[in-house]
Formats: sequence, C-alpha cells, structure tokens
Amino acid sequence: MEQNVIVSLKDIVVEYDGEKVLDKLSLDIPDKGFVTFLGPSGCGKTTTLRVVGGFVEPKSGVVLFDGKDITDLPPYRRQVNTVFQKYALFPHLNVFENVAFGLRLKKLDEKEIRRRVLEMLEVVGLKGFERRAVTQMSGGQQQRVAIARGLVNQPRVLLLDEPLGALDLKLRKEMQLELKRLQREMDITFIYVTHDQEEALTMSDTVVVMNQGRIQQIGSPEDIYNEPQNAFVADFIGASNILDGVMLADYRAEFSGREFACVDKGFARNQPVQVVIRPEDIKVVPAGQGMLTGVVEDVIFKGVHFEMHVDCDGKEWLIHSTQACRQGEAIGMNIGPDEIHIMARMEE
Amino acid sequence: MKSRHLRLLQRTYVVLIFCVMYLPILVLAVFSFNESKSRTVFTGFTLDWYRSLFTNRMILSALALSLVVALVSAVVATVVGTMATVGISAMGRKSQLLINNISYMPVVNPEIITGVSLMLLFVFLQNCASRFEALPDAFFGLPTLLIAHITFNLPYVIFNVSPKLRQMDSRIYEAALDLGCTPRQAFFKVVLPELTPAILSAFLICLTYSIDDFIISYFNCGTLQTLPIAIYSMTRKKVSPEINALSTIIFLVILAIILISNALDSRRYKREQSLGKAGERR
Amino acid sequence: MIKSKAAASPYLVWMVIFIVAPLLIVAYYAFTDASGSFTLANIMAIGRYSSVFARSLLLAAEATAICLVLAFPVGYFLSRLRASKQHIMLMLVMLPMWMNFLLRTYAWMSLLENNGIINTVLGFFGLGPFRMINTAGAVVLGMVYNYLPYMILPLYTAMTKIDDSIIEAAQDLGASTLGTFTRVLLPLSGPGIATGITMVFVPSVSTFIISRMLGGGANLLIGDLIELQFLGNSYNFNMGSAMSLVLMVIVLLCMSFTSSFDEQEMEGVM
Repeated sequence: MEQNVIVSLKDIVVEYDGEKVLDKLSLDIPDKGFVTFLGPSGCGKTTTLRVVGGFVEPKSGVVLFDGKDITDLPPYRRQVNTVFQKYALFPHLNVFENVAFGLRLKKLDEKEIRRRVLEMLEVVGLKGFERRAVTQMSGGQQQRVAIARGLVNQPRVLLLDEPLGALDLKLRKEMQLELKRLQREMDITFIYVTHDQEEALTMSDTVVVMNQGRIQQIGSPEDIYNEPQNAFVADFIGASNILDGVMLADYRAEFSGREFACVDKGFARNQPVQVVIRPEDIKVVPAGQGMLTGVVEDVIFKGVHFEMHVDCDGKEWLIHSTQACRQGEAIGMNIGPDEIHIMARMEE
Repeated sequence: MKSRHLRLLQRTYVVLIFCVMYLPILVLAVFSFNESKSRTVFTGFTLDWYRSLFTNRMILSALALSLVVALVSAVVATVVGTMATVGISAMGRKSQLLINNISYMPVVNPEIITGVSLMLLFVFLQNCASRFEALPDAFFGLPTLLIAHITFNLPYVIFNVSPKLRQMDSRIYEAALDLGCTPRQAFFKVVLPELTPAILSAFLICLTYSIDDFIISYFNCGTLQTLPIAIYSMTRKKVSPEINALSTIIFLVILAIILISNALDSRRYKREQSLGKAGERR
Repeated sequence: MIKSKAAASPYLVWMVIFIVAPLLIVAYYAFTDASGSFTLANIMAIGRYSSVFARSLLLAAEATAICLVLAFPVGYFLSRLRASKQHIMLMLVMLPMWMNFLLRTYAWMSLLENNGIINTVLGFFGLGPFRMINTAGAVVLGMVYNYLPYMILPLYTAMTKIDDSIIEAAQDLGASTLGTFTRVLLPLSGPGIATGITMVFVPSVSTFIISRMLGGGANLLIGDLIELQFLGNSYNFNMGSAMSLVLMVIVLLCMSFTSSFDEQEMEGVM
C-alpha cells in the first residue's frame, strides 16, 4: 500500500542557546495516518511538532507540506492546526466563540460559522455547551473544545502536543479512543506527541521513537514493540530484559552462559549483540526443567499477572507470569526461539 | 526572518522609552556639577552646590521633619493597621465590604481631595476650639501633618497585610492552640511571625509614601516645611542648582537601596534554589 | 480564625473621624454659604469655570491615551522576557517613580525652556528656538512623563497572565500579527488597561503642580482652581468644596466607566 506523504522534514536542525535540540532530523509523515512522536522529555518531539506548526524556525533544513516548501511560512498561513499542551483556550471567549475563532478570521458568513461550529461541537460531544465559559469547564471538556477549535478549520493535519497529559487515567483512556475515532471520521492526519508508550501503541498507525534530537525508530506499533532496533527503543517501549550476548551463527545465539535457538540471521560470526526478551515471554517451569534456573527475589501482584524479579546467573530478570511463585523459590525458565529478539550492539 | 526584524524594532522602541524616562534625571545630575547658575550651558565642574546644600538650614530642617513625620506615621499606621486587619478578619462579610470600601477612599480619591478634606476638618475643629479660651488657636503644624500622613498610610497597611492573613493556613493557629498556646500566645508566637514580611513591606511602603508626599502635606502643614514642600518653594524661585544636587543625592540613595535589596534578594533566591536542588537529590 | 473584632476599633474610630467626616464636611461646605445657610450657588457658579474643567478633562484624556499607546508595547515586551530579566526591567521602570515628582517635573522645566537644553541642542542644527514651556503640550508631556509607569505596570501584570501558547493558538488558527493583537492580546489585557487608565487619568485630571510648573499661568486646571480657593488668592472654602465635589464625581464616573469596560471584557471568565 503506497501512501502519500503530507509533511516532509529534511535535515532539520534546531538550536536553543547553542544547544542542538534537533540534529539533522528527516522524516516523512504519511497522509491520513495517526502518527505519534514518542520519547522521554527533552528528546525533541515537541520541538519537531512546533517546526511543523511553524512556531519554531529551524536553523537549517526544509519543511515540505504536500510537496511545497513552507519553511518560511508563518503559523497563521499553514494548513495545520494545533491542540496545545494545556489547551490554550481563549479565556475571554465562550465555547462557541473559541471554536468559531478561526472561521471568523476567514470571514465566513455568520450562518456558515454557526453551522460548522455546532456540527463540530456535536462531533466532540459538547452539544448544548456553546454559551458556557471555558474557564468553568472540566479538563476533559476543555480538551474537547481545544480539539473542536482546531478541527473546525478543516486542517489537513492536526498537531496534538501531549493533549491528555493533564487528565486522570480513566478520562485519558476514554479520550484516547475518542481521538482515534475522530481521526478516522475526519480522515485527516494526526500528529501526536506523547511520552507515554502505552498511549502511543494504542492509538497510532505509525510510531516515531525519538531520543536526544534523533529518530531512533519508525514503524507500526507492532514493529516497534516486537522488533525494537536498539536497546533504547526496547527499554523505552516497555520493561524488558536486555542482555549482552554473542551471535554464534545464523539462528544460534549465546547469552547467560547458554546457547539458544532464535529466528534471527545475517549477523557476523561471533558478533556481539544485545538480546531482548519481554517479561511476559518467559515461561516459568519447575526448577531443573527449564533452560535457565533462577531464584525468585520478590513477587508483586499486579492484577492480571505477577511481576517477579528473578536472580539468574548474577543478573536480575523481570518476569510476568500468571503463576505465583514464592520468594526464595528456585524456578526454571524457558524461552522459545520466537521470543528472542537480537539487535546489533549500540556503539557508545 | 521577518520576526527578527520585529524583535529588533521592539527592542529599539523600549530602549528609546527608557532613554526618555531617564533623560531628565540625567540632566538634573549633570547640572548639579555646573559652575554657573545656568541650567542650560555647562560652564565648568564644581562641587559648590553640594557644599552649600549641606549648609542650607532650610533643606536640612525640612529633611529632618520629613524623616520624623515618615517614621512616626509609618509606625502608628503599621500598628493600628495590622490590628485593624486582624479585627476586620473576624467580622462578617457585609461589614468587611463596607470597611474595605471606605478604606479605599484615600487610595482612589485624587490626593488633592484627601488634602483639602482633611484641611477642612481641621479648620472646622479649630473653629469649634476657638470658642474655648484654654485651647490653642492654631493647631496646623506637626499634629495635623502627622494625622494626615497616618490617614493616607493606613489603607496601604490594611491592603498589604489582609491578603497575607487570608492566605495563611488557619490550621497553624489551631495547631498552636492544640499544642497548648492560649489564643493570645498563639497570635504572638505563630500568627504574627507569619505576617511579619507583609507587615514589614507595608511599613516600608508607608515610609516611602510619606517621604514622597507633597500634595496632602501641602494643605495640612501650616507653616512647617517637609522636604517636598521645601523643594517646591525652591522651584518657585527658579534658579537654584542646589535642587539638582539634592536630586542627584536622592537618586543615588534610592539606587543604592534598590541595588542592595536586589542583591540580597537574588542571594536569598540562589540559596533557596541550591537548597531546593540539594533537597531533590536527597 | 482569631475572634477579636475589638482589635479593629482604633482604626474604625480613626476611619470615621479622618476619612468619612472630612468628606461629609466637604459636602457641607459645598452646599452652604459663608454664613452657613444652605445654597446651591457654589455648584451653579462652577459653570463660570467650565472652560477650565473642559481643559482639564481634555488634557488628562490626551495624556491617558498617549500613555496607553506608548505603554502597550513596553508592557508586552516586558511580559515576554525571561523571569530574571523581567525583574531588572521592572526595577528600571519603577526607579524614576521613586524620584520625587516635583524634581522630575523641575527637570523638564530646564529641558523645555525657551533657552533651555532642547532649544540649545536644536540651535546647533540651526533649528528653533521653539516655544515649548508654558504650553498645553508641555502640560500633557509632564503628565505622560510622570504617570507612564502607572500605565506600564498594570499592563505588564495583565499580560504576564497571557500564556505564550494562547498567542500561538491565535496564530495557529489563522490570526496575523494584527489579528492576534485585536482579537486576543487587547481583550485579554482589558483589566490592565482599565487599571492603567484610572491610574493615569485620576492624578492627571486633578494635578496642579504640573500645570503650574510647565503650563505657566495660561493653562489653569481643576487642581489649580481648588488650590486657589483654599490656599491661594481666591480663598473661598465653599467654592473650593463645590469644585472638589465635582472633581470627585468626575473621578467616580471615570472609574465606573473603566470598571464596566473591565467587566465586559472579562465576561467569559466570570
């Protein structure tokens, strides 16, 4: 499936006070997709978003929108709209006027404005709130106003800067689904910034993992989760066991003092690698019957599963299992070839 | 690129405004060193005007009076005003609103109104007093000046201290009671220390307003001269570079006070920050 | 919290005697003649001075408008600076205010005089001399100069509450620089504008020092009239009280005007 590219960043460099925030960043964003920039704070994800929105002038590099160079275009002339981190609603305007703000600037006639604002308020579930003061609304409602205010202008791309950060967990889950629904209904591109990997994996078509001003990996949530390209991604995407090992031959890896079958190939003989094993992919078996043996250091009940720290060969392993073990108990651990993921070792 | 031009324009504009704001002060300072009495042509450097300023009886006694009036009125206003704040906070909403609105009068009224209305009161009282032989027939002077200054200082104390009192966590007062303080002890041991910064800043505000006040004093000083009134009478005589010398000294004193308090502030700020960081690390 | 209403009693007594009573006495004098009997003559007589009242209102309004236009960009600029720089710049704004305003006004006398510094400097370029002192323009200049900080500070305070993201949101939704100014910046600065207008207009309309020092005899203002009635040659307390009363009404009207404008702008918030 060949997708059109709507926004394209080429060799973008951004510096604040001489410090490089984005370092020659290049990225193509597919049209009509839900793209998430994921990374720890200070990784440059918000800056990248602001470059697309036009709020940050890159020191060098080019921003293309639908094939046209928009690098020098001010924000108010770009076909993108932004949902800001703390909403940035206009406190002096009510809900209706907030949403109508962009349409009024386009000088549409009053009837058309009214029609589109009401329609959009209905889409975000705020029918009947038109006359309400925005300062009197709950966080979730303000969030919806902010989204409606952006979407009503029918942008080609909607930028969302950690829009759910200020909401509580339950509301956040609700809004995640809601945003996904809106993106499909509107059939436009959403670029979403978050530091929450779970959020990124739930909502996105494409995840862009960033760290220190550079892109670490681009891919579907499944790719990112199952095939992390380096230890940073593996670690950031979820708690993982990351071990140093050696690739003996195609399909043969050695770590933790033992040889394992795996599904990776194409590495040099005896190449040092890093091995990623997800905590939920380790099977707990009675001691002596597993490929590895370890001693349970502690057990925490997490609702769906037990989280265990297991000492194995002097290294601490994280295991998620539905089977409870006692502290101090010796257990066996089995790992299937499919569960072992090999990465080239990162050069420090 | 366009936004950079705009920023440059903005900066130039602000610099220009500041230049205009400081130009007159600079002019005053420069001509305080002028040999001749000319206010426009600089003929040569001299410190004579500073010398004659310090032997000028009128100015020195005016300065002394200003300081006395400022100190006394600030102390009285601070004490009475702080007490008032505590008392008012115990009252109902309606009385609070009424008292606040009346207290606002001297703040929002033009100073000249506050000045003449007090003057009229004193004239009225004097007319009453003149019927009794025993009472003095002229009481315009220090008493009226002090009363006037206390009156316009009081609202500033109340409006500075009462927000602090409202913000204060009432539980610390209750905690003091819980730990065995009598209400009186709790007030002096816990509440008052908590209010001290606000009270202190109210006191300083009173001092500066009092020293700076001209209009209200002008109507209520009788034959006395505070520093601003002395300055006024000097400007009426027009040519007197002593005024320039006086302005320069006043400006330098203010500058010094501000710089010192600023330095203290930033030192405290830095210390707090480093403490905060150390706390985080722990 | 602390139940001791009695602590307020010294202040309450003071307030009644020295704030309430004097104003009542002003009203009493305004409506009586020298013998103490009721009359409306004082109020009616103010009509004779209508030109002075009109001049005061006009000059004060001019000064307030100029202050607003001059101060707005300064307030905005200050509010967008980094916190540490804001502190220093605020000090710079306030520092001249700490100088006694008589001295500041006196400095302008030497600048504006016919053979003053400005004319001397212009003379080097073969310009002038211009007549500047003792004109209405000089009075307005004096007002603007003395009260400009009173406009900058409330504007700055109001604008620090406007988050950068609000301005960015306006641009994001298609507002140009001008659009952002009229649709977002101006309405959100409403409370600051209202406070600033009051703080500049009230002292300007009631001043008698600025007009006396920079305006010469030709530019009498309400303040001068009142001063003349109490301490000057006219010496008529009843007349002076009537004028004071009218001045208070003017100030009250101005304040209710600005506060209504303030509420209107903040409707969305309330």
